[in-house]
Amino acid sequence: MSQIQAQSPVVHPVRLRSQRQRMWHTFLSNRPAIVGLVLVIIVILAAVFADNWFIALPRGEDPTPLITTFDPLKQDARNRLAEPDAEHIMGLDSYGRDTWARILYGARVSLAVGLGSVLLGGVLGTFVGTLAGYIGGKTENIIMRAVDVLMAFPSLIMGLMVLAVLGAGLSKMILAIGIVLSPTFARVAHGATLTIKENDFVNAAIAVGANRMRILRVHILPNILGELIVLGSIWTATAIRVEANLSFIGLGVSPPTPAWGSMIRDGTQHLGYAPWVSIFPGVAILITVLGFNLLGDGLRDVLDPRLQQ
Amino acid sequence: MLRIKYLATRLVLAIPTFLAVLTLVFFVIRVIPGDPATAALGDYASKEAVEAMRERMGLNAPLYVQYFKFLGDLLQGDLGKSLITGKSINEQVKEVLPYTLELTLSAVLVGAVIGIPTGIYTAVKRNSPADYLGRVLSLAGLSVPAFYLGILIMLLFALKLDLFPAVGGGDLTDWKDNLSHLFLPSLTLGLIMTASVTRLTRSAMLNVLQEDYVRTARSKGLEERVTILRHALRAALVPIVSIIGIWTANLIADSVLTETVFARPGLGKMLVGAILQRDYTALQSVMVVYTGFIVIVNLATDLLYSIVDPRISH
Repeated sequence: MSQIQAQSPVVHPVRLRSQRQRMWHTFLSNRPAIVGLVLVIIVILAAVFADNWFIALPRGEDPTPLITTFDPLKQDARNRLAEPDAEHIMGLDSYGRDTWARILYGARVSLAVGLGSVLLGGVLGTFVGTLAGYIGGKTENIIMRAVDVLMAFPSLIMGLMVLAVLGAGLSKMILAIGIVLSPTFARVAHGATLTIKENDFVNAAIAVGANRMRILRVHILPNILGELIVLGSIWTATAIRVEANLSFIGLGVSPPTPAWGSMIRDGTQHLGYAPWVSIFPGVAILITVLGFNLLGDGLRDVLDPRLQQ
Repeated sequence: MLRIKYLATRLVLAIPTFLAVLTLVFFVIRVIPGDPATAALGDYASKEAVEAMRERMGLNAPLYVQYFKFLGDLLQGDLGKSLITGKSINEQVKEVLPYTLELTLSAVLVGAVIGIPTGIYTAVKRNSPADYLGRVLSLAGLSVPAFYLGILIMLLFALKLDLFPAVGGGDLTDWKDNLSHLFLPSLTLGLIMTASVTRLTRSAMLNVLQEDYVRTARSKGLEERVTILRHALRAALVPIVSIIGIWTANLIADSVLTETVFARPGLGKMLVGAILQRDYTALQSVMVVYTGFIVIVNLATDLLYSIVDPRISH
């Protein structure tokens, strides 16, 4: 076969330097987006550098805490619910564990669930949505009706239902929230595919004999990527919130692994006299979710001007 | 007439959706690992006892027989008996549903009553300090988990200021007691919803305010109040109604969280209890009630659409 290939004009060109510079400029001039980016980076740094696993694990040693000197699992029975002071800046919980250390390690669970489930839901949903949009006909109808039914359910109820089937645990939490998020991605990818499909460059690709998978991968996916990245950032915020909700209800990762939602849950027993046990992890959730929301809004302005409010 | 026809169509279309979800729930519950009979009797029950229990619960019947029995019972309004307590689930639902309904509806009221005017105001006063403050607050509202806001509100109003009771659902027959218990949880959920409604109302109004007919209304000397409320808001109402519908469904789910924080009885607590105790029949029934509620909310939203924008029913 000859090497003639239809070139798809990317709707938001990223190859031109001036274009890229302009996008960068749009992003940098958006102050809330910068704040969001900084918050997200802080949380990522906290999760990565909570201990020295990157040195210790290759050597076969146990990691030791890095940012804080306290072990998040070490209990101090004599100082239960101790107030914040110079040593324990956020106080101790009901088992005498350092709250600040637990918040740092808890960032790992939140980020793993947030990013993992969005990646999973994004890939799953995008695949189903683009396929439905591209194939069309009855298959498309059936798939999109199912997506509508799933979307009618609030994410928390869906998450609870899926967790009831799967059982608790980190990987199951990622799977559950990933499944919950996938219909949204499917709908957006479907809509975007329908728009792109009508373009001449797709017809040109069909005319030169490109197969379905190639058209999806080379011509359609790059064009809807911007919208999907925006959605991904905003839904990471949602995923982290849903994870916190489920942990708070008592269906999160099993104790004693620190997770922000379950830390707050433990603290509610002692709200009247030791509110810090609940208050600080909540601030951590707020900062993280706010960061991803701001970043998502900023990315939308850069990557997808059509969606701007 | 057109509106009735439109609603009838929506109603007929809602039936297959309802049935699809019921079917999904029925089969998903059957996938849950573990044997309901063992769960009901405990791990130390003898083999014979478990077998007898399975027979009594109808679990030995073929799956399609169980499925049609489930649908048949449902048609007669029978949700079955709890595996754990043996009590009628109808009774249990009847007991807790009022608490969840009053919480959800009052929260929707709070969200709409604060959110819509704030959205209009910040759109009209675009880029003013008030607009900026409104945007920051609504973004914070979108980022705070409902249960955390509930804890903060409880700390301030119940534990520090001692204005309202911290926990419990109150006595349904005593409206004063009931209302005082309802206030903090519904404020919590209402404020979360306010954030979304404000943001959406603001952006819908900003779009409409640029339209030519708004300029025309202004240029013919119409009072600004009338221009905004009668001309602009009218057109912005469709997305606002839509977000209120979405939030009504969301809030009945989020009530799980406030019910946990404020130790209120309710559907959400029943759902979580059913999951933790592996009470399959209760889990199935609560999901049926949720589904029914969501279908009703969607129908009501459709009805409101056709009232707000008569073109929709045509």
